[in-house]
Amino acid sequence: MSTAAVGRAAAVPTLLDVRRVLATVADPELDEPITDLGFVRSVDLAEGRVEVHLRLPTSFCSPNFAYLMASDAKDALAALPGIGEVVVELDDHHDSGLINAGLAADADYRGTFGHEAEDSLDELRATFRRKAHTAAVERCLTALLRADPDLPEAAVGAVTLGQLPPAAPTTRALLRRRAEVGLGDHPDAVVLVDHAGTPYPPEQVPMALRRARSTRISIDGNAHFCRGLLRTRYPGSEDDQAPRGDEAFFSVEALLAGASAPATPATPATQEKDH
Amino acid sequence: MYTKDGESYFIVDAHVALWDARVENQRNIHGKQFIDCFYDYHSNLSPDAEKWGYEEYLYQGGERLVKDLFEDGYVDHAIFQPAHLGEFYRNGFGQTEEAFALTQANRHRLTYNHHFDPRNGEAGLDQLRADAERFGLQGVKLYTAEWHGQSRGWRLDDPWAYRYFELCRELGITNIHIHKGPTIRPLDRDAFDVADVDHVATDFTDLDFVIEHVGLPRLEDFCWIATQEPNVHGGLAVAMPFMHTRPRYFAQIIGELVYWIGEDRIQFSSDYALWTPRWLVEQFVDFQIPDDMTEYAPLTTAQKKKILGLNAAKMYGIEVPEHLRLPDADETATGPRQPERADLVGAR
Repeated sequence: MSTAAVGRAAAVPTLLDVRRVLATVADPELDEPITDLGFVRSVDLAEGRVEVHLRLPTSFCSPNFAYLMASDAKDALAALPGIGEVVVELDDHHDSGLINAGLAADADYRGTFGHEAEDSLDELRATFRRKAHTAAVERCLTALLRADPDLPEAAVGAVTLGQLPPAAPTTRALLRRRAEVGLGDHPDAVVLVDHAGTPYPPEQVPMALRRARSTRISIDGNAHFCRGLLRTRYPGSEDDQAPRGDEAFFSVEALLAGASAPATPATPATQEKDH
Repeated sequence: MYTKDGESYFIVDAHVALWDARVENQRNIHGKQFIDCFYDYHSNLSPDAEKWGYEEYLYQGGERLVKDLFEDGYVDHAIFQPAHLGEFYRNGFGQTEEAFALTQANRHRLTYNHHFDPRNGEAGLDQLRADAERFGLQGVKLYTAEWHGQSRGWRLDDPWAYRYFELCRELGITNIHIHKGPTIRPLDRDAFDVADVDHVATDFTDLDFVIEHVGLPRLEDFCWIATQEPNVHGGLAVAMPFMHTRPRYFAQIIGELVYWIGEDRIQFSSDYALWTPRWLVEQFVDFQIPDDMTEYAPLTTAQKKKILGLNAAKMYGIEVPEHLRLPDADETATGPRQPERADLVGAR
């Protein structure tokens, strides 16, 4: 860490620091930062005290995901050097009362939900990290197949990280997802693996890729639907949303541009209307 | 019946409701939150010309339903799939008496399905017997995210649920429509998990399970289960209007479904009054998978006819005019339907 960073860390955090920290909190189901999704409704920072309000696309979004995002946000903010009191509240949800009381009391998951919580949300989190990894694999391999018509079909299950275009957003996204499920980034590592790092026998490769595709479609579709619903529910919230990155909706052009000239701004490939 | 370009389509709207979400029927804030959520779905996914005002969205009544479905909406037959939501609405959300009376007055074009809740125990079993007799039930609509006292959800593979499915079998209630909402109990797991569908479909092979919203937001889990279970079907409620807002996403949904479960197990619905059938039918008949999505075969007219009505008609024994019928596809009962598209070449 540079001395400048140390110096800043010792002081009272700025609004930018708070925003940066919130950007590390992801919606596990949509695999995106809550800041890009427009889920951060307000941030108030005064004399070291921070109060953050979160909002979701519907009152009936699953409370376990809602709780995860809110408690992750609180944990991340509390770890900011120099921060004072941290208040995180979830607005307009059917479980707002329960969740906000739990957050205020630092009651943790079981303390917040009582009889409805059996153990922990670790397994839920792991399930969605695996799905995010699966989708990232599919984006990389489908892009490769589309970009390289000569790639033999049988070779797809053997493609390694080193064979992916290193600067492509899809590749960078895959490396992040691999780290999150505990897989390494060695260039010889096979891309098409399950969450434990196990590759597929050649005859199972097409099916594994087809299944991965349905996972990717599901996650991308949900992300677009949730964004749209948030905009309908909170007019003006579109200003707080970043377009879903082209690591999710890529085009061959964007991919090739990313591979050869990383500085080229990526254009979201989706050309759909969106109301 | 809808006719275009010389082709006629027999339309079965397999998921409609007659609901009452007016303020006087709302039991608490959740009654308002629930219908507001529906209204946001409606507003977000409808073409501007098809959007309703909030007040008319709260309650439609039978006359309006008949007009929207049968006079304006091309629907030949519609099936009520009521959600009870007794913890949110004083007289329930789905209006049992009104819908059943309307069904009796329109026997040729309406079917009434009812609901049960396994948390009602023995008393609920007795009620199901009585309901089956009174309504002449062929099917039920189950909402696993229903709140019930201290419980905020149930699973299809709960032991009590099995008692109910055994009774369904005995009573000849063979069409089990399942709506996976955000089931809250237990909170540790994915609320939309469809794994319990796998268990019941395996254990009750003589019942058909129609998973509404084709498992969305867990399309991938639904497809994987449904491809292995010949008695699992996909209902297109909520998925249909993506055709308008996100046609490429809808193409992928329908492409995945045709690939994994085949053209004989997908059912159209408007999810009335979430949306109205007219524009959905018109747009679906015109819809085609974009040319650049080579991983999916183009939709055929026969596939559209099956999805829009013939599949549900077959499940419910609804009489279809001879000239509009189609044979089942010569396809595998389990596993992917378009093996030639399973491969990686299709992705190019």
